Amino acid sequence: MSVLVYTELADGQFKKSSLEAIFYGSKVAAQVGGSMTVLAIGSASDDELSKAGYFGATKVLHANAQNLASENIMAYSKVLSETAKSVSAKVVISAKSSLADAVMARAVGALKAGLVGNVVELPDTSNGFKVKRSIFTGKAFAETSITSDVKFIAIKKNVLPLEETSNSATVEKLSVDTGSLTESSKVLETIKATGTVSLPEADLVVSGGRGMKGPEHWQPLLDLAEALGAATACSKPVSDLDWRPHHEHVGQTGVKVAPNLYIACGISGAIQHLAGVNSSKVIVVINKDPEAPFFKAADYGIVGDVFDVLPKLTAAVKAL
Amino acid sequence: MKILVCISSVPDTTSKISFEENDTKFSKAGIQYIIGPYDDYALARGVELRESLGGTLTVLNVGLADAEPQIRKALAIGADDAVRIDAEPTDSFFVASEIANYAKDKGFDLILMGRETTDYNSGVVHGIVGELLGLPSFSPVMELKLEGNTATLAREIEGGKEKLEASLPLVLGCQEPIAEWKIPNMRGIMSARTKPLAVLAPSSAALTNIDKYELPAPKGACKMISADDAGALIKLLQTEAKVL
Repeated sequence: MSVLVYTELADGQFKKSSLEAIFYGSKVAAQVGGSMTVLAIGSASDDELSKAGYFGATKVLHANAQNLASENIMAYSKVLSETAKSVSAKVVISAKSSLADAVMARAVGALKAGLVGNVVELPDTSNGFKVKRSIFTGKAFAETSITSDVKFIAIKKNVLPLEETSNSATVEKLSVDTGSLTESSKVLETIKATGTVSLPEADLVVSGGRGMKGPEHWQPLLDLAEALGAATACSKPVSDLDWRPHHEHVGQTGVKVAPNLYIACGISGAIQHLAGVNSSKVIVVINKDPEAPFFKAADYGIVGDVFDVLPKLTAAVKAL
Repeated sequence: MKILVCISSVPDTTSKISFEENDTKFSKAGIQYIIGPYDDYALARGVELRESLGGTLTVLNVGLADAEPQIRKALAIGADDAVRIDAEPTDSFFVASEIANYAKDKGFDLILMGRETTDYNSGVVHGIVGELLGLPSFSPVMELKLEGNTATLAREIEGGKEKLEASLPLVLGCQEPIAEWKIPNMRGIMSARTKPLAVLAPSSAALTNIDKYELPAPKGACKMISADDAGALIKLLQTEAKVL
């Protein structure tokens, strides 16, 4: 049973979530007694791509045509579905991301496959093919059977702790004719925050709510994030008020994060906000209102003024 | 302009989730259903475009009869007619096939829906529909403008957005701030009662099946740290929680 892992590159490197998908894929391949192929689309050195071997890959197929330079959903999905056919993949795996969702979706359509997203464990292949996934935005789980011949799964962040070896993978160039597909749309402009930690990928997140009192008061939060090497996030009211950019909004209708540590500063913890953060391993809540509902979902809490507490935390991090 | 907006009917985001029949079935008792929050954004933008450009807006739901109040609400907000494919929407490929089977040969210029539904969250129906119909698909789309046959849209990417241009017809998975949610007015609610709602039988089969549901383990107590000694938290995160 051949396994194909669809990966994403950022700045010429595998995204951490993609390394997790490779590691997960290697476990699935071992479980079903099959081989695993890794597909990488975009620009990266062979040296970097061979690092897929650290996490269990033996072979990486690299598609890097000029017309694949920007994230093109139609062309990427064509490369994915063609590759899945050529390696006779029975299981196709990716880490969940907004681009991967869009790309996997079209490949699912092309291959008439069943897909299960937000998978949180290795599959149970003892009788059929069953996976456990998170549903209702983290409020419950469902054990789901996939009955199609080709099975697609998108895994959540932090599903398995990564184990690293010193093996390296071989890298092969892959060419797929995507000519006409890249003409269906034209990128006009890409606006991207630079030099910051990517929020969906982040292991540590510091997030602010209305209790931060205004965009001009964000510096103490940014200082803590910088000291920790954490990504910054915010609640929906904060992004609605334009205090912070929309891509920082975590919650039911924003980014869903699953970091090791989520520090909430001046966020009351409405259920819609919790939906975006309930997969975090450890939650810290700082709020001056001891009745804030967020404390019920937290592992550690501090009742106090964020502007008093944040500098103390930053100083303690710097002293580590 | 011929627009199709696909909506899901999902539990209100504040719902307490529970299961019945030995955890094999979602318990609908006491659940308030709403139009999927992301679908509601798609609907709002669809209604704006329909109002400014003319044409028709059809709303489609794959769901059982209990979704009809949400479909009527979409009609009250501004859809012209509605279609319900009479089936439980539990599988992404199945839902997408039903949408594609309905939409093919109908010449829709735009097929809009939310980036994902808030019940099963896979976020792939738009892309599957696009592939099955041979149309370009984009998601998550946070801005959409039309000029003639050309759409200018912004897609959210990690850490920012990408603006792009594409020709109609298109399939789009939408999210805020593409438009503000609309609340139906009294005239809309009255006229919605007589707008056509067709019920069609499904024509495809699901490729996944939920065997069992499970609730997460209850969260332990929150450990409180004094604000005066806030720095102690960092030590605990390092030595006790081991996340630093």
